[in-house]
Amino acid sequence: MNAGGFWHLLPNASTNAKPLDELWWAMVGLCALVAIGVFVVMFVFCIRYRKGRPADRHLAKDTLPVELTWTAVPFLIFMGVFVWSLTLYARSRTPPANAETIYVVAKQWMWKIQHPGGQREINTLHVPTGVPIRLMMTSQDVIHSFFVPAFRVKQDVLPGRYTQLWFTAIEPGDYPLYCTQYCGLDHSKMGGQVIVMRPRAYARWLDENNTGTSLAAQGAALFRAKGCSGCHGANASVHAPDLDGIYGRIVHLSDGSTVAADDRYIHDSIMLPDKQIVAGYAPIMPSFSGELTESQVLAIIAYLKSTKPGAQPAHEGTKQ
Amino acid sequence: MNATVITPDLPELEPPRSFYTYKSGLGSWLLTTDHKRIAILYAVTITLFFIMGGVAAAMMRINLVEPQGALLSAETYNKTFTFHGVVMVWFFLIPSIPATLGNFLLPIMIGARDLAFPRLNLMSWYLFVIGGCFTIACLLLGGVDTGWTFYTPFSTMFSNTNVILVAVGVFVTGFSTILTGLNFIVTTHKLRMPGMTWFKLPLFVWGMYAVSLVMVLATPVLAMTLSLIGLERIAQVGIFDPALGGDPLLFQHMFWFYSHPAVYIMILPAMGVASEIIPCFARRKIFGYEFMVYALVGISVIGFLVWGHHMFVAGMSPTATLVFSILSFAIAVPSAIKVFNWTATLRRGRITFEAPMLYALGFVGLFMIGGMSGLMLAAPALDIPLHATYFVIAHFHYVMVGGTVMAYLGGIHYWWPKITGRLYSEAWARFAAILMFFGFNFTFFPQYVLGYLGMPRRYHAYPPQFQTLNILSSAGASILALAYLIPVVYLGWSLFRGARAGNNPWGARGLEWQTTSPPPKQNFLERPVVQKAYAYDEPSPDGQPASGATA
Ligand code: HEM
Ligand SMILES: [Cu+2]
Repeated sequence: MNAGGFWHLLPNASTNAKPLDELWWAMVGLCALVAIGVFVVMFVFCIRYRKGRPADRHLAKDTLPVELTWTAVPFLIFMGVFVWSLTLYARSRTPPANAETIYVVAKQWMWKIQHPGGQREINTLHVPTGVPIRLMMTSQDVIHSFFVPAFRVKQDVLPGRYTQLWFTAIEPGDYPLYCTQYCGLDHSKMGGQVIVMRPRAYARWLDENNTGTSLAAQGAALFRAKGCSGCHGANASVHAPDLDGIYGRIVHLSDGSTVAADDRYIHDSIMLPDKQIVAGYAPIMPSFSGELTESQVLAIIAYLKSTKPGAQPAHEGTKQ
Repeated sequence: MNATVITPDLPELEPPRSFYTYKSGLGSWLLTTDHKRIAILYAVTITLFFIMGGVAAAMMRINLVEPQGALLSAETYNKTFTFHGVVMVWFFLIPSIPATLGNFLLPIMIGARDLAFPRLNLMSWYLFVIGGCFTIACLLLGGVDTGWTFYTPFSTMFSNTNVILVAVGVFVTGFSTILTGLNFIVTTHKLRMPGMTWFKLPLFVWGMYAVSLVMVLATPVLAMTLSLIGLERIAQVGIFDPALGGDPLLFQHMFWFYSHPAVYIMILPAMGVASEIIPCFARRKIFGYEFMVYALVGISVIGFLVWGHHMFVAGMSPTATLVFSILSFAIAVPSAIKVFNWTATLRRGRITFEAPMLYALGFVGLFMIGGMSGLMLAAPALDIPLHATYFVIAHFHYVMVGGTVMAYLGGIHYWWPKITGRLYSEAWARFAAILMFFGFNFTFFPQYVLGYLGMPRRYHAYPPQFQTLNILSSAGASILALAYLIPVVYLGWSLFRGARAGNNPWGARGLEWQTTSPPPKQNFLERPVVQKAYAYDEPSPDGQPASGATA
């Protein structure tokens, strides 16, 4: 029997963890208070008014004020907790502007991680302390869920969508990572660890694992190899939109609507090109679903992000 | 007060033969249209399903004694929890109280001779059995590994198991739920005896009425969802699968649009049962009857609007999160009202602690703990770490097993003398109720802690630091299993050897206690007398003394 486990409390390893724990313990306290309160009252009534015991058993006539009170009071308390919870939730949804993006692709049954500098790892995520990290995640097959208890973060990872999650680690160490959305046979093995390092050590780790090709450069290579540049390149003969600096731009669609060119839009334009047609262009682009993996699409998005309108960047060999 | 006396048009007095004996032979049961006999048929079938689901639970708990999995392969474990979930939800919890106690008692409690559509009632049972046998056969022959939630695209594109066949079984069973609901609604509207006004209805009848509305409105969505899964698997139409342009979240919205109201299908009847038992053994009219009715109706209405709280980390928009969260907090208010009212009903009563009362008090306690933990899950910030961990497993077992199953057993014990005409061993029954309460907490409380520490659900194997708590939970489960077995023995014994019960062994109010035990085929031999619900402070029509106001 494993002894150590029982009282091992959850470490507070991210900036997110402490405020959440405060809310957690407050709610545990509140619930315990109410529950114990009701239990004590029930118990006292059961003793005092059990059959055969002399007691005053006259019933009050007007109970409405009591009932209104115990309807209103819990309601107000609940709303208080709701507001508290909501502020924390809002914070968990908005990564700071300076957050570093790391890409995660889930598949049955592993986590594939790509750092912007081109470093790749599986089932392990290295991050520095003190830097807000934003994970941009997608799945190659079914729904998974990225969960690091020590950081109190969790987010489902869906095929065909990008979901994100952010945290700032504060304590160096190894923390377990789990998949919490049931995803088939080896769901319970789909875990790993997050290794939190001091920034200096992290920089060293990045260097040691440097492949010489940043994610954007990999994307640029793919952009050419897979034939994207044949249509979208500067001297292409096909009438296709120019993609330099596309990221974040507002795009007008043929159905009259507009959409911001975010990760999801770019992903869908590659995998499901018929879904949204850019105004003024014929729907001739072939679908690359089956042709490109989700990791490759992420690399291409990283490349498009790095381009500037009109310029021709070639990040060959550069490291971010 | 105004004890209304009226004359229902009963036929000339027949000899007082009970509904068991007026006709015999297997055929007379399988072709019966008597709501009481159909209730018995349901009771027998869902008990079998409960046992199957329970065996699966035992296998899982044994497996989880060791971190690497002590008993089952990953594949078998996945099929086992799917089996457990599917059977417990669709073939035990949803039909449990409505189809057995509701079927038996609803007509009697409103002074009717049967449900509005007796043949439809029989057909509902057949649909239930056909769907049940079919599903169980599929689950046993090969099994399904999707979990009872059938999340896409796993269920549509990746699972190699018999998803469609199981879905068809559940689909068929859904019709039985819808028909039962319709039958109850029409019965409550049309067949109340003269003088039985809406605000004289027992809360159990209100519970049945509210749950029927939910059944009729929610279950069709389940049928649609299951059909779409089938379509997607066969024809790859691209509704849920993103590779085909579909939306995986759409499935979750549809699924929970049914399945959240479904948890109210499980709990509203349980609340109705508790509202009968507690006043009876406190000898006191229920506190705040009107508020109790409004709370029931409120829960069933708001219950339709909170499904999104299952999806806070699924990738839903923040606005939707906000709305679903606030509504989920709102629904806690009527639930809290009910707990307070049950407690207040004890005040100034003359309380005795027969087995049904112990079950009912246990129900209130466990339901409250389960409900409180639900409040934590309704707060999106806390739901982020807790979602899909053992915290959720503990939460819904507290509500569904601690709540619904305790109330169901309480109801069985309370109405047992009426249904069978026999008494059971009171001492054993009390012992089982108390053992069950402890076994339950022992099993499921450690799971709250496991969830907080981060153990995900649906894990066949887990990291070693979670072992101690898992062992505790499994140890509790064996106590709980024992506590479930004891009633089988003494209730079985009572069927053949139990003392005769008399018509009203608890001195309870309500029309069902004014007829013989077991009731005759046509429910009443003499005209019953309608009183206000829970008239424990008025003399009863059968000569029981009033027991309210004096010291
Ligand atoms: C002795 C009593 C019980 C024990 C020990 C038990 C144990 C378990 C376990 C170990 C799981 C799987 C957790 C996981 O791996 O995610 C589970 C899931 C579940 N249980 Fe129970 N259970 C019991 C009784 C019940 C009852 C009586 C019901 C309903 C009436 C029920 C309904 C469910 C449901 C709906 C699930 C979810 C299945 C899923 O994840 O797909 N359980 N239970
Ligand atoms: Cu997974």
